[in-house]
Amino acid sequence: MSTNQPTVNNPFASSRKNGNRIKNVLFTTLVWGVGICTIIFIIGLLFLILEKGMPKLSFDFLIGIPDEIMEGGGIGPALFNSFYVLIISLIISIPLGMAAGIYLSEFAPDNKFIGFIRICVEGLASVPSIIFGLFGIVIFVETFDIGLTIIGGAVSLAFLNLPVLTRVTEEAMRAVPQEMKHASFALGGTHLQTIRRVLIPVALNGIITGICLVAGRAFGESAVIILTAGVTTSGEMWDFNLFSPGETLAVHLWYVQSEAIVPDATEIAEKAAAVLVFIVLLINLVFRIPLWMNNRKMSTK
Amino acid sequence: MLEVSATANRQAASELGTSLKTSSGSTFGRRARLAFYNKSFKLICIACAVFVCIILFSILFLMGRTGILTFQHVSPAEFFFSTEWVPENEQYGGLVFIFGTFALTALTMLIAMPLSILIAVFLAEMTPGWLRTMLRPVLDLLVGIPSVVYGFLGMTLLIPLLRDVTGTTMGDGLLAAAIVLTIMVLPTISRISDDAITAVPKKYRDASYALGATRFHTIFRVVLPAAKSGMMYAGILGMARAIGETMAVVMVIGNTPQLADSLFKPTSVLTSNIVMQIANVPFDSTWNYALYLMGFLLLIISLVMIVLIRFIQRKGVRG
Repeated sequence: MSTNQPTVNNPFASSRKNGNRIKNVLFTTLVWGVGICTIIFIIGLLFLILEKGMPKLSFDFLIGIPDEIMEGGGIGPALFNSFYVLIISLIISIPLGMAAGIYLSEFAPDNKFIGFIRICVEGLASVPSIIFGLFGIVIFVETFDIGLTIIGGAVSLAFLNLPVLTRVTEEAMRAVPQEMKHASFALGGTHLQTIRRVLIPVALNGIITGICLVAGRAFGESAVIILTAGVTTSGEMWDFNLFSPGETLAVHLWYVQSEAIVPDATEIAEKAAAVLVFIVLLINLVFRIPLWMNNRKMSTK
Repeated sequence: MLEVSATANRQAASELGTSLKTSSGSTFGRRARLAFYNKSFKLICIACAVFVCIILFSILFLMGRTGILTFQHVSPAEFFFSTEWVPENEQYGGLVFIFGTFALTALTMLIAMPLSILIAVFLAEMTPGWLRTMLRPVLDLLVGIPSVVYGFLGMTLLIPLLRDVTGTTMGDGLLAAAIVLTIMVLPTISRISDDAITAVPKKYRDASYALGATRFHTIFRVVLPAAKSGMMYAGILGMARAIGETMAVVMVIGNTPQLADSLFKPTSVLTSNIVMQIANVPFDSTWNYALYLMGFLLLIISLVMIVLIRFIQRKGVRG
């Protein structure tokens, strides 16, 4: 809009104006250039990861037992542990995180103490993941003396998820229009009924988005798992024992690439990376399907 | 969520059942019960909120307590100012890692900040609508890609590339780690800055254009200053992420405890040193305590950043 200025022959038009126009054009080109490069880079990156690993994937690889020395090891137990740890950690953190978020948005009076709790939640959300790993070691390895286990990893991971879930729930609940709440109260609903029947269904959209964010992050988290669940698996495929070592897929990717001595380490790592990225993308999609259905249900009603 | 709704349904069912049974009786029982549910639900919620605080404080306490034990054998001056990290010889100088963390973060922000502001301007001011609605979710998705994958890419693609370009033998070091971290924090910073720029009222821009300013001037003199606090928030958030990032850094930084006086010298930072060594040390050793002290330092740094963010937000609201 600013570039098509009228071209009047103004004797006072100085070189400054020209300079401005050149700057403007340069800047626009620069921004467009950076933008386009970023898009190409991002698409290239995702494409590269998937393209390198995906064609070589086989079912045997997905459920195969990893091998320490020979070629052809799979990622079965690691993949299984990834889901197992993720689900346990979500089972622990979702109710806790949601309840804390509901408290902050619905019940909390506006005083110093609540401000303090808010700072705590934000502070906990910014704690580096490796600190949760060290914390997990102190609790599970030292205090309870159970060694590196799936349950230790899952609980530490749940602590990592907790503040994010709390904040997401609080924000989603706050975004619900006050009229809905008032209408429910006017109908004689108690606070609990209002939250259960009105606020949570309306806020579900935001909450599910938050949960899928957290799940994706937890699925790919590795520092916590290395410290609390170890870099080995029990070597069996369907091992539901909570006290066996629980290496996850993300950890396996790191382990194979930098520590293992198998000859086909790079190929395993490429395939594992592709699976990892694919599942994270999938989590983002699958978790949003109920959300779409919820939206449609809401709109058809 | 699943649990809450499940118990809620059960409660609803039992409510209905008993109220049917005592349909002609007093309504007092039902009301009292509802009040009881209400109160206990509130109590549970309070307990959960307090629980979050308890976790933070027990982390602070445990890390601090274990970390402080380092000073039984090592003087604070040695830990903070010595560069000799040879645990086998009882030398616990942590300066290498502290310096590494700060240098890495500074370098990352130096690359990431201008780039992400440009991307944010591109997203918020220049792209047509359809591209914007397509790009924003993609950037959000990029935030979720596991850090190990970035580390893996850095190890297999970036480091050979750096070796070829610069002719160094190793390739891993501060620059490689900073580039990987930049790619990781870029989506975070640019998305939040993008939101901040979009939130600048349209009338500011209109006024600027009406005064005859070019787009360049409008963006630099009007829009970006107005979005400043939001962008600072984004920057600090990105910084916190860069400081705490572990696995991606471990894979490209070289993991050698030497002071990073060049961009291509293998070095080590706080996070990478902790994760590489913690598994091999007994719990009751000075070595282990020193690692916990490093973790405690990281914790303090990240908490300071949160206080900073809150400060900026409050200033932003006032201004």
